[in-house]
Amino acid sequence: MAAEATIDTAGAPAPLKTPLHARHVALGARMVPFAGYDMPVQYPAGILTEHNWTREKAGLFDVSHMGQAFLVGPDHETTAKALEALIPADIVNLAPGKQRYSQLLNEEGGILDDLMVTRSADPDEDGALYLVVNAACKDADYVHIEARLPSNVKLIRAEHRGLIALQGPGAEAALAAIAPEAAEMGFMTSRTMKVAGIKANVSRSGYTGEDGYEISAAASKIGEIWDTLLLDARVKPIGLGARDSLRLEAGLCLYGHDIDTTTSPIEAALNWSIQKRRREEGGFPGAARIQRELAEGVSRIRVGLLPEGRAPAREGTEIATPEGEVIGTVTSGGFGPTLNGPCAMGYVAKAHSAPGTRLDLIVRGKPLPAVVAPMPFVPNGYKR
Amino acid sequence: MAETRYSKDHEYIRIEGDVGTVGISDYAQSQLGDVVFVELPSVGKALSKGGEAAVVESVKAASEVYAPVSGEVVEVNAELEGAPGTVNEDPAGKGWFLKIRIKDAAELDGLMNEAEYQNYVKTL
Repeated sequence: MAAEATIDTAGAPAPLKTPLHARHVALGARMVPFAGYDMPVQYPAGILTEHNWTREKAGLFDVSHMGQAFLVGPDHETTAKALEALIPADIVNLAPGKQRYSQLLNEEGGILDDLMVTRSADPDEDGALYLVVNAACKDADYVHIEARLPSNVKLIRAEHRGLIALQGPGAEAALAAIAPEAAEMGFMTSRTMKVAGIKANVSRSGYTGEDGYEISAAASKIGEIWDTLLLDARVKPIGLGARDSLRLEAGLCLYGHDIDTTTSPIEAALNWSIQKRRREEGGFPGAARIQRELAEGVSRIRVGLLPEGRAPAREGTEIATPEGEVIGTVTSGGFGPTLNGPCAMGYVAKAHSAPGTRLDLIVRGKPLPAVVAPMPFVPNGYKR
Repeated sequence: MAETRYSKDHEYIRIEGDVGTVGISDYAQSQLGDVVFVELPSVGKALSKGGEAAVVESVKAASEVYAPVSGEVVEVNAELEGAPGTVNEDPAGKGWFLKIRIKDAAELDGLMNEAEYQNYVKTL
């Protein structure tokens, strides 16, 4: 028996550890190198059990490897405009305490990274924006951002902070038990509050398709919040393996797989993340291409794919028409535990992108029938 | 009493006369994690020692299962289609993959016995 992919770590620097590393080891996690960090891919319960627990109860994830940073300027408008020069979302009109998903774009409109942008709810912090970027991209992102900021806006890396995500239908009750204010929050909002007595920034968001929260606190204190949450019978630790299957079922992009520097937000079907004012005014990198794609359409687009059989179609699988013409590639794919079957996403030629279109996925040399399907594959549980 | 032999790739073959039952070891299933799909060969297919015999997919990845010896597939475990998790629950029993008519019994000599295999796993 041989695994298809093995990670070659020879000569790689020693992996970094999050503030929760020792806890993962103590919980019996299987640790793997991920984006330069030694991270839990699963706990003894296993990926299927962890995935299903998150969909039914509440899963607790360590996402401290992700990059947390603040953009700080003299006032909101100045900081927002500095960021708007780099991303296509409307940040100037982002209300205090609100959060938005966006992409850091290169001059060609390709995606350097995707990120979350939050405007503080606290008037004393007006002029500060909180960013969360991907672990594997964070160093390059920071260099890219810093090189393009006006002199009165600074990027501050929050490397002294940890970040955990509590996701699932039981997340509200579990967090409200130690931070009552959490129950009052709406989806994609953020507040500063005490969680188990510790000052934390809490946002009602996540990357699993479920209701839930992301909790940022000092690295020295995040473990106490983690431990307190795990005392709740509804909460179990969940590894990166289930995080990946959860986000796949939710139809969410994984940077470096479903989106990268060769894909635009329009090709990636992320139009919803570019607000009307920015579409009309432009003023972000690659705006000409993106405005052209919005007006004229794209030649290829990211779609959901449901194989008809039981065999998963994984990243790199060719997508063909029933006549055998190759029209695209799978960028993420696997087995959806909640779906109880395989699901995938990938890019196909626009002519073959309508939901219901029958296509073949070339798995181990054999064409397996599949159908273009709307995403998410599993209905989301966001608290609007 | 049927004898079980193991390959370095963690396949087992339980030998009963000239037929061997092939599956993956308990160590292999624990390394794979939750099995969600198994692709089995057709009955009658000729397998060669070390060649691909089946594919086992976990949530995370696909892995090839190699034939521990050469021979013809005489039966496959159809139960795995509806219950691939059996590979995790009972790898040495109900989680078997296929039965093979052993072409050359001498090929079994290159495989490990139970004690040798357990020692081999300890070194990994």
